[in-house]
Amino acid sequence: MSIILLFLAAIVAVVFAWLWRHGILAKPWLEVGVAGGYPVTDPSAARVAKVALGVFLAVIGSLFALTVSAYLMRASLGDWQAVRTPGILWVNTGVLALSSLALETARLAARRGDMAGVRAGVLAGGATAMLFLVGQLIAWRQLNAEGYYLASNPANAFFYLITALHGVHVLGGLAGLGRVTWRMEQGAGVARLRLGVDLCAIYWHALLLIWLVLLGLLTNWVGDFVAICRQLLT
Amino acid sequence: MVDVTHGGPTSGASTGVAPGFEIGELDLYHPKSWVTKYVFSQDAKVIAIQYGLTAMAIGLVALVLSWLMRMQLAFPGLLPFIDADHYYQFITMHGMIMVVYLLTALFLGGFGNYLIPLMLGARDMMFPYLNMLSYWIYLLAVLVLAAGFFVPGGPTGAGWTLYPPQAILGNTPGHQWGIIVMLVSLMLFIIGFTMGGLNYVVTVLQGRTRGMTLMRMPLTIWGIFTATVMALLAFPALFVGAVMMLFDRLLGTSFFMPAIVEMGEQTAYGGGSPILFQHLFWFFGHPEVYIVALPAFGIVSDLISTHARKNIFGYRMMVWAIVGIGALSFVVWAHHMYVSGMNPGFGFFFATTTLIIAIPTALKVYNWVLTLWRGDIHFTLPMLFALGFIVTFLNGGLTGLFLGNVVVDVPLSDTMFVVAHFHMVMGVAPILVIFGAIYHWYPKITGRMLDTTLGKIHFWVTFLGAYLIFFPMHYLGLLGVPRRYFEMGETAFVPPSAATLNVFITITALVVGAAQMLFLFNLAWSLRHGREAGGNPWRATTLEWQTPETPPAHGNWGAERPTVYRWAYDYSVPGAAEDFLPQNQPGPDPVVPGHAIAEGAR
Amino acid sequence: MPLAIVLALIVFGSVLFHFLSPWWFTPIASNWGYIDDTVNITFWITGAVFAAVVLFMAYCLLRFRHKPGRRAAYEPENRRLESWLAIGTGIGVAAMLAPGLVVWARYITVPADATAVEVVGQQWQWAYRLPGKDGKLGASETRAISDTNPVGIDPDDPAGRDDVVVQGGELHLPVGKPVALLLRSVDAVHDFFVPEFRAKMDMIPGSVTYYWLTPTRTGSFEVLCAELCGVGHPYMRGTVVVEPEADYQAWLAQQQTFEQMQAPATTGAIDTGATKASATE
Repeated sequence: MSIILLFLAAIVAVVFAWLWRHGILAKPWLEVGVAGGYPVTDPSAARVAKVALGVFLAVIGSLFALTVSAYLMRASLGDWQAVRTPGILWVNTGVLALSSLALETARLAARRGDMAGVRAGVLAGGATAMLFLVGQLIAWRQLNAEGYYLASNPANAFFYLITALHGVHVLGGLAGLGRVTWRMEQGAGVARLRLGVDLCAIYWHALLLIWLVLLGLLTNWVGDFVAICRQLLT
Repeated sequence: MVDVTHGGPTSGASTGVAPGFEIGELDLYHPKSWVTKYVFSQDAKVIAIQYGLTAMAIGLVALVLSWLMRMQLAFPGLLPFIDADHYYQFITMHGMIMVVYLLTALFLGGFGNYLIPLMLGARDMMFPYLNMLSYWIYLLAVLVLAAGFFVPGGPTGAGWTLYPPQAILGNTPGHQWGIIVMLVSLMLFIIGFTMGGLNYVVTVLQGRTRGMTLMRMPLTIWGIFTATVMALLAFPALFVGAVMMLFDRLLGTSFFMPAIVEMGEQTAYGGGSPILFQHLFWFFGHPEVYIVALPAFGIVSDLISTHARKNIFGYRMMVWAIVGIGALSFVVWAHHMYVSGMNPGFGFFFATTTLIIAIPTALKVYNWVLTLWRGDIHFTLPMLFALGFIVTFLNGGLTGLFLGNVVVDVPLSDTMFVVAHFHMVMGVAPILVIFGAIYHWYPKITGRMLDTTLGKIHFWVTFLGAYLIFFPMHYLGLLGVPRRYFEMGETAFVPPSAATLNVFITITALVVGAAQMLFLFNLAWSLRHGREAGGNPWRATTLEWQTPETPPAHGNWGAERPTVYRWAYDYSVPGAAEDFLPQNQPGPDPVVPGHAIAEGAR
Repeated sequence: MPLAIVLALIVFGSVLFHFLSPWWFTPIASNWGYIDDTVNITFWITGAVFAAVVLFMAYCLLRFRHKPGRRAAYEPENRRLESWLAIGTGIGVAAMLAPGLVVWARYITVPADATAVEVVGQQWQWAYRLPGKDGKLGASETRAISDTNPVGIDPDDPAGRDDVVVQGGELHLPVGKPVALLLRSVDAVHDFFVPEFRAKMDMIPGSVTYYWLTPTRTGSFEVLCAELCGVGHPYMRGTVVVEPEADYQAWLAQQQTFEQMQAPATTGAIDTGATKASATE
């Protein structure tokens, strides 16, 4: 459970820093009047949405940190037989990185007010994300063909579970991106698309980051690393 | 992580009246028909009531289940339809409903939705549509859960902890469909809660009105806010566990299933780790205790302060304790697993963290009691329930020190002592707060007061009855009577007097349960016949009592949102004419005669 | 006003109940009197705190109840008082925790001279395995379980041939000798609990857990399962008989060994000495 605890420690650090900046030590009964770090204006819709996305990503982070913790806990038992990593995972990783990159260009284009750039980025991002999902399905089929069935042992089950959980989150992202695309096709201007593109790009980067961690785990880099650390300690 | 502040800190403190401001108002959805106003409503207040009524309805089912269980324990065989299968299905559903679908939903979905926008001076939650969706998914989760009673084989009887392998093995009732239905319902609940929880957190972060600094927030908000953050981070553990168990049950994987011989037959499972589930479950399960307790802590602080006409003693300590308990509660989960067969060395760490968390909790109890000291105590209904909470919570918290201290837990774990402990601390205590809170805020929600006589009967029966049920029950546990026993049968070390005690407990439980019908009657009756309450019947300081209309209209605040000039606890301020100063009332200056402020106040 | 009186009555009633209660620990039959001591320490400390806080509360309710003209004091905080309360609570907590941890360290450290006895839980009965003449238990695993091999002894491990297997019967233990109970389960999670011994530990299928004790008093004690293990959970009983060494040896001699249970003994031992005991974590 060390991974989830590290993750939570990071969250707690952020929360405490935030509380500190908001005067958690203040003595409110001595301050009467319109004082303190209150908002001068109401926050913009964009700001609210980004804060919400940040909180949501923390929840997703917790979900994956727990899954990784469970994986490592089980993998540390003696009889673990890791799955052979299908080569296509590396291609998929590249595709997901491209997808992230495409949305980043869309986001920059939205900031510049460049509608054509936004369109190209959003469509490319969506297409590559779908390609990633197809790639993951191919990886599953390859594994199945090689006899790595879901129910044969816990390592296989974890492999399918982790890739599925991540895939579902990519699907969720595609739903959001689909909404942005639909609005774009309805002829919405850059100003109306900016927030949506922004949020999608942030979400995509987070999913890419999570995927890289999961990939490291599934290809056993993390396992090897942990094993080395353990050997050093004992 | 995203920066979640409202710009930089503003310089200088101005003390005048702020000019009105209406910038960047939240875009409210304006209902066009009866359906969008009362059914598919996006108004947090309506959603709160929907959450509350749904939670109470399913809670009633759980109450009836507890009656049936108690009947079996006191009079085995009297009700012939309760066989072992049904008994285990009853305890499972009772536990799960009470902990998740009643307490969590009522505190966060109910009180969270109603109070967060009102107490912070917001017009509504930040994402009203998502908020509405949250309720409907919760309702779906409740319906799926209840469907468990009607599927072949009935609901699962695995105990609310759902420990595998037992939960999916053939000798557990409900292994056919019940367990699947339960896991799906939990997953739905978590998805729905996440939608609501995002709302509560973001509204606290971004929706506070002008002048509402963090340290001016009422403790109710602190409690609900911290609990929501915890729930958002802890529920994923249950979610992952539920997904993995569903895989095990439906797809034949072995996440939690080792090689098993079931009734002499080898099964196909192999290689799983049952204890992994326990870690995931309790990583959710322990924070869950505080997810229920922290809102109760917050609400009870406000009730005591309002009805003792005195500021809450040690507000800062109360805030720090809530935040500290919230953080610490993530490193104590394995105290539920001292005798689970995990690495016994962990016991040292978890016993230490568990007993450390007792310190901020104890400080909160002291501060509630010290708020009464030199107060002006009105024995109103909310106050009675709040005081009842202190006694039951103190009792339950202290027995927690037995179970949290690793070696003391050894003889007591899995006995009736545990049952008595957690019912006292997270059953009775939070329920008393819920009642207190309903008596307190009902006038705001409906514009009418609840009937006092009925309320007093309800209080005395519930408080004394609950204490009489659960205090003696600890001693059965000391004797060694195990929990989750369909019947004790002939057991050498259990004297016949234990059976007498069981009869006493059961009869008391029936009476206490019946008294809740009185409460429900009061809720319905007072809606029409209750005394008109006016806007601020308790003469309270917090913003929800300062709305232009009671019950508050959609949008809460009329033309302008309020501006906050002071903290939430300016009761009996020396020199002020009234014994309370609402948060949105400017002046008088904080310069008060020095002698009036107690020593150490600066 | 009535509430103040009731609160005082609750305190006195609870204390009275505590002392008059006919329901208390069963007379102890093992070396774990330490556990009773820690429970008693905890009772004294928590009981004092409960009485003090509730009585103080009752006093406040009486003294500061609303009367016309009363006004509450304005007292946002009192750092000194809060610090003292925190320190006092910390001391009380430490006084409970420290002995608890010391006893826990003993509880999880099996003495070197303890005899190993295996307890196997299955829905819903207990089986036991005691080492034979060689003083060692053979390797075992769930997959090896069959009609003639109820606890899954590895048939290829010579150390297991003389193991004594008791299925469905009583477990006998010699008085005054430390015994390490190695706990296994073949299906659900069970828990081997004898109230008179105080000790307890879950048995997890797929791994071996343990606890140890020294029986200090002869007699016959009831075993209960203390972890919900399916619909027959309350009927999963057994008996432990603690008796003098001579009686114990006599009992042991009458029991069947694994080899005797295998009707036609299959010989041809391949030496695989490893004892299988996967880690619990």
